[in-house]
Amino acid sequence: MTTDTARPPASRRIALPRVVQNYGVYAAVLALLAYNAVFTPHFLDGANLRTQLVQAAPIVIVALGMALVIGSEGIDLSVGSVMALAAAIIPLYLGFGVWPAVIMALVAGMAAGLFNGTLVAVVGLQPIVATLALLVAGRGLALVFAGGQLKQLHNPDLLALGDGDLAGVPVIVLAAAALTLVTAVLVGRTTYGRRLVAVGGNRSAAALAGLPVRRILITAYVLCGLFAAVAGVFATARLTASDPSAIGNLAELSAITAVVVGGTPLTGGRIRVLGTVAGALVMQLVRATLIKHDLPDSAAQMTQAAIILLAVYIARERRTR
Amino acid sequence: MIADPIAAPKTVRPGRASRAERLASVSQRHGALTMLVLAVIAASVTFDSFATAENLAGIAIQSSFLAVIALGMTFVIIGGGIDLSVGAVFALAGVLAAFGSRWGPVTALLLPLAAGALIGLVHGVLIARTGLAPFIVTLAGLLAARGLMLALTTEGADTPLVPRGSGFLELGRGVVLGLGVPVWIAIVLSGLGTVLLHRTRYGQFLFAVGGNEDAASLMGVPVARVKITTYALSGLLAALAGTLNAARLGSGVTILGVGMELDVIAAVVIGGTLLVGGAGAVGGTVCGVLILGVIQNVVNQIGTLTSSVQSVVSGAFLVVAVVAQTYLSRAGRAR
Repeated sequence: MTTDTARPPASRRIALPRVVQNYGVYAAVLALLAYNAVFTPHFLDGANLRTQLVQAAPIVIVALGMALVIGSEGIDLSVGSVMALAAAIIPLYLGFGVWPAVIMALVAGMAAGLFNGTLVAVVGLQPIVATLALLVAGRGLALVFAGGQLKQLHNPDLLALGDGDLAGVPVIVLAAAALTLVTAVLVGRTTYGRRLVAVGGNRSAAALAGLPVRRILITAYVLCGLFAAVAGVFATARLTASDPSAIGNLAELSAITAVVVGGTPLTGGRIRVLGTVAGALVMQLVRATLIKHDLPDSAAQMTQAAIILLAVYIARERRTR
Repeated sequence: MIADPIAAPKTVRPGRASRAERLASVSQRHGALTMLVLAVIAASVTFDSFATAENLAGIAIQSSFLAVIALGMTFVIIGGGIDLSVGAVFALAGVLAAFGSRWGPVTALLLPLAAGALIGLVHGVLIARTGLAPFIVTLAGLLAARGLMLALTTEGADTPLVPRGSGFLELGRGVVLGLGVPVWIAIVLSGLGTVLLHRTRYGQFLFAVGGNEDAASLMGVPVARVKITTYALSGLLAALAGTLNAARLGSGVTILGVGMELDVIAAVVIGGTLLVGGAGAVGGTVCGVLILGVIQNVVNQIGTLTSSVQSVVSGAFLVVAVVAQTYLSRAGRAR
């Protein structure tokens, strides 16, 4: 890190143009779309694009919350379990109507976030360990709530969240778009966003500058838990069943991948909201491209691995400045 | 740190403060052991069937695979890194071992070990030479190893079997002096690991790298080489565990190992190894693995509980362990 200042020419030679670093992920989305438009039949059909967006939406929602936490120099491994927890809670309160059930699920997500945030900000645990505990325990708790069983859901209002349309656009995609907007405003236009980035960039400096570091960090984890719960509710509605053993499995990895591919550094201090959305879309399009060309899941996973490494490698130079 | 060495002794106050310090440091060092002993006592009082030789041997063999992986993870975490790929390497190695066993026990052993070490080596090189975060590199390794495993088994549809009567099966099923062969292997490796960590130059280098990488580099520690060795070791040990498990099951089961890295990390952390690096011990990790094993066994004994309760208890244990650890180490540092 320090050698950078000592030898500027060397590092400048390695450094990729900033354009690639900043806009590479958008270029990747466009390139994938262009490739498929030419080589994949029926890719640009409305129905297919709709499917792609619907499939990407839950990961986009989870990744937005994850981006906030990663921007604070943290990480939240528990998002998948929080999704499962939200899924398990819905049938418990569905008797009171859709909204009480959804609200209880979201409250559970926020409670999980509060737990994580308290462990990180007040107790001072490392984010990986603090959220690992809830990753392990959360899904177990969800299965205990659900009695270890899949529950079919028949409430039409809830199912409308999964397959309903509003002005021709799926509700879940609209929700993802709305949350993207909210997150973008939160990060770019509010005091909280500035403070969060400041804490992520240098926690002790932020504390010395008089920022309420604990409150800021806890809020980030609560928001992340809330977003994960929202994604869990939508995933449940789409599945038309509450299945805590399947919902949100490995969602933490997909979300972290989307955030990282989108150019938010794991070292904190910078949050790229639109990049995160693009990162989730890239991973979705890659998967779709491979599936449409009959490449097996194994190839898809290995390609994902290569993309993650490549994206982080490209973004690497950014960190040292 | 830069304090005048002559002035330093004056600041050390003997008596209560140092006794509290010592207490904190002892309970931190032996916290996992204490918890293990308490858990075992509680379990044997509550369940008559717990403290039988058969049951304990069962716990030992269940834990042995995790212990072998956790040994490698302990090294990685002491060095300030993390290895998320161990579960995937475990599964890949099982498949490779069963696959290789048709050419004899030697291939069955060497094929997965070579693959595991190679994967670890690639991780180490990427982490040490390009400065990518260990979390990301080994996450990619997780996906790549699982993808490779799926490719080898036609997308997980095939389960390669170890031929009946192959000597390779003895490695997993053999019993020596009442304990399974994997248990003995885990014991021997843990012993070797302790020696490697505390009695060799490599071990000292590892602590130095984990404690402060820049300082270690300035002191002339070959940081890159230490890291590469550590990740290669972790891959090798994860592969060994997968191989032993395949020998025990007689097949390479493709669905194993999902989320195993988290159990392993939990065991290491419960064992008192700090995730920030620079501190830790093999003995603690072994205790951490056994605690998880005892929890699993007790939950099974109760019978009416499901494995989901087990993960709730394990998660709660993890929180209690790390919170206690944090406060103890803070008490130790607050002088």
